[in-house]
Amino acid sequence: MFDFEGYGPGLFQGALLTMELAALSLIIAFTLGLLGAVGKLSKNPIAKGLATAYTTIIRGVPDLVWMMLLFFGGQIMVNTFFDWLYNFSDGSIDIFFPFNEFLAGVLTIGFIFGAYMTETFRGAFMAVDAGQIEAGKAYGMSNIKIFKRIMFPQMMRHAIPGIANNWQVLLKTTALVSIIGLADMVRLATEAAKSTGEPFKFFIPVAIVYLGLAAISDLFFKKLTTVYSAGVVKG
Amino acid sequence: MFESTLEIFSNPDTYLTYWDGTVITVQMVFLSLLVGGAIAVPLAILRTSKNRWINTPIWVFTYLFRGTPLLVQLYMIYYGVALIEGIQQTFWWTILKEAFYPCLIAFTLNTAAYTTEIFRGTIETTPRGEIEAAKAYGMSWGKRMQRIILPSAFRRAIPAYSNEVIFMLHASAIASTVTIADLLNAGRLIYARYYAPFDGFIFAGIIYLCLTFGILAVFKQLEKRMLGHLQPR
Repeated sequence: MFDFEGYGPGLFQGALLTMELAALSLIIAFTLGLLGAVGKLSKNPIAKGLATAYTTIIRGVPDLVWMMLLFFGGQIMVNTFFDWLYNFSDGSIDIFFPFNEFLAGVLTIGFIFGAYMTETFRGAFMAVDAGQIEAGKAYGMSNIKIFKRIMFPQMMRHAIPGIANNWQVLLKTTALVSIIGLADMVRLATEAAKSTGEPFKFFIPVAIVYLGLAAISDLFFKKLTTVYSAGVVKG
Repeated sequence: MFESTLEIFSNPDTYLTYWDGTVITVQMVFLSLLVGGAIAVPLAILRTSKNRWINTPIWVFTYLFRGTPLLVQLYMIYYGVALIEGIQQTFWWTILKEAFYPCLIAFTLNTAAYTTEIFRGTIETTPRGEIEAAKAYGMSWGKRMQRIILPSAFRRAIPAYSNEVIFMLHASAIASTVTIADLLNAGRLIYARYYAPFDGFIFAGIIYLCLTFGILAVFKQLEKRMLGHLQPR
């Protein structure tokens, strides 16, 4: 039954690549989401404007368009920047930075989900009781301490359902990297299906892996919810 | 750099390419939402049934289509249709051999799964009192659905449904991978014709952005009209 006609190890590698991509983009998305949320909630009009423009433009354009833009234009962008640096420094800085599909994939997915995370974190920050922050100030904590000890742990409780949602969508979005030529599960399954003429034999296992990853993450987030809900009395 | 942009956008052919792509994208999204929505209504009603034998199969359908990437579903249908025994001899083949219909089927099933869950959510959260009032008036199950539950559920589904519409518009960009000349494909053509990735894809992106804002504006109006009574004063 599980005869993949020699494509088995390749598919497994592809599954690993999918997970690697998803994990790396989640890190970028998480960081950008926190920054974006802080920007959106700040009183500084420039930070607020930047964060708002970021979330609006990113979320208004399809993910695949961003990916193509970065894939086909990424190297030109990088080269232009380093050419400028070369001329600017009179030839003392001479760098060639190769831009590849993997980078294009991780950066696009990270940036897109950063915009979604921004909205999640913004809502979660607003849900933290203002009295808590005032109490922190009264204790003489610095802004960073307040963020680390008071805001972040309490914000996470409200943010987890949103993060879980974003993660499930992100996982499925990684399938798009197969279009720009990365050898993930979907790409290998497509190649195998074309050469053997048996699409279901390869696509069904791929679908099962996606479902399995979703189910495992679901369990993980349930656990995380209990961790961050410590001390909260359910109504 | 700017001369080439000028060259690209002073050529009327460019706009024609984008226009054709936009028409295909809008057509495909509109058709799949229409058919997918029509499938979702009965499925959502059945999904709220208390009978396990009715609601479990529908749960399986929505779980499978929401848990796997649309790209995988598209490839499965696109490459899979050609393998149905003997299909190439029947008249269905004249329709199915083009990429448009397999693509439409994949999009329709996908949006039907998501929409079913949206409607199920709003049907289940119908205020209890409304249903009790309908029962007190002696309405049958059918009458209750038709007069009380569904109209209220559809109204409350509008905000979530607008997200689904935008999601569908954005997801439709993958149609370009199975040789459909949609809006993203137009961007690719311009890129290939002039070797101008920024001009080609950014212009396509701007059109998508405009379509997104258009959809949002329509749904905002709709919400104002249909959900006015739930709006904070």
